[in-house]
Amino acid sequence: MNGIIFKNDEVNGIIDVLAAKIVKFKFNLSNLIIVGIKEGGVVPSNIIHDKVKHAAGFDCLLGYVDITLYRDDSFDVKKTVKSTELPFNINGKDILLVDDVICSGRTVRAAIDDLICFGRPKSIKLAVLIDRGGREIPICPDFTGKKIKIPNKYDVRVELEGKNKFIEKLLKV
Amino acid sequence: MDYAKKDLISINDLSKSDILYFIDTAKEFKKISLQDIKKVPTMRGKTILNLFFEPSTRTKTSFEIAQKRLSADTINLSISQSSVVKGESLSDTILNLQAMKPDAFVIRHYESGAPFFISNITNASVINAGDGINEHPTQCLLDIMTIFEHKKEIQSSKIAIIGDVFHSRVARSDIAGLSKLGAEIYLYGPQTLMPRFINSDNIKIAGSMVQAVKEADVIIMLRVQKERTAIYFIPSIEEYRTYFKLTDEILKLASKDVLILHPGPVNRDVEISGSIINSGRTAIFDQVENGIAIRMACLYILLGGRHS
Repeated sequence: MNGIIFKNDEVNGIIDVLAAKIVKFKFNLSNLIIVGIKEGGVVPSNIIHDKVKHAAGFDCLLGYVDITLYRDDSFDVKKTVKSTELPFNINGKDILLVDDVICSGRTVRAAIDDLICFGRPKSIKLAVLIDRGGREIPICPDFTGKKIKIPNKYDVRVELEGKNKFIEKLLKV
Repeated sequence: MDYAKKDLISINDLSKSDILYFIDTAKEFKKISLQDIKKVPTMRGKTILNLFFEPSTRTKTSFEIAQKRLSADTINLSISQSSVVKGESLSDTILNLQAMKPDAFVIRHYESGAPFFISNITNASVINAGDGINEHPTQCLLDIMTIFEHKKEIQSSKIAIIGDVFHSRVARSDIAGLSKLGAEIYLYGPQTLMPRFINSDNIKIAGSMVQAVKEADVIIMLRVQKERTAIYFIPSIEEYRTYFKLTDEILKLASKDVLILHPGPVNRDVEISGSIINSGRTAIFDQVENGIAIRMACLYILLGGRHS
């Protein structure tokens, strides 16, 4: 059945947990770039960027990657190509990749490939709001907001922008 | 947005929104050429055959670079060293190559209609890289992309296309594509090299170089095509120079921020003054740069289409 899994305060709680873990990790913020994976990771990466800034008082760099051209099924899911926005040198930087939901891990694999085309970062870590299980390749987030088990027949959608924040599961079409 | 056709043979196959979709996609691909690693893995495992039955520098290199930046496997068949010189027919050549399971053919041919003919006998995608005096759709797309980089709007802007319009596949595609975007097109050149039939209100034949260039927003100069016997249509190159060359003086009549395009190769001081090119007032190199992005976009859109 389709339905809301978390809403409003619960969602805020998950974001706070994730942000707290990232702040606690004590990144060298002057060497950190937060990179959201389009489209789902854009808003979470912005929120995390703001929360890190608020907690640590440092405005670290923020970029985005679009993985369309790096998918392992480029032509099965036809999407409009969007921009990777990394207007800075990533060589030697610590990268924190951010996505809303992790499932198979293939999106993250593609995002790492995309990043490597722009240079050789010192490290890449991964933060996700929701880890719903279902991994198909050996990729594991370093920071997780909430871990839940959702059967493969569902998509998980995260809405953080409207008046009501919620996370819902929808039967795949 | 989606584009479901297998081939790109004529700019007339594209609607206005298709054209804008190709150009929007190309804008993103242009950024790949600026990366440290100028390559994306999108077309791994795709095989593309480039068949150039006519000499080419820009288009051929541009297609090949586009394919390599998309990680496709590309093969350039050198026609002068192929069995075509032994008398193999075009359809036999294609059917044999087809048996090698390519995903796309890129065709440059001296006969108008050859890419269309080929598209009907292969299930691979076919991209027309210029056929005879017919069409050169990717050139049209890269011209439009270049114009959009310099001008906000093509609708109602004055675009002069000057030179051997009759033998120019670039002109034919540009006229069709720019018309779809609402441009006012002025053609000028020797009377013998003007198109025979014009059946659209937005296309006018100018009476003089002055009328064509005056207040033009964009000027597209065409090459005098010696190989297509254009030379028999004009008394002499000297006369052409006198009456149809774009000079600094005539250029003053155009709009202040006029954009000058030329598909190349240029016959310096025949159709355009060398000084105009040397002074950096043309967008010729922007066209070349955009050509790669447009060809990447075309390959991506065609090979990823739903037709398969």
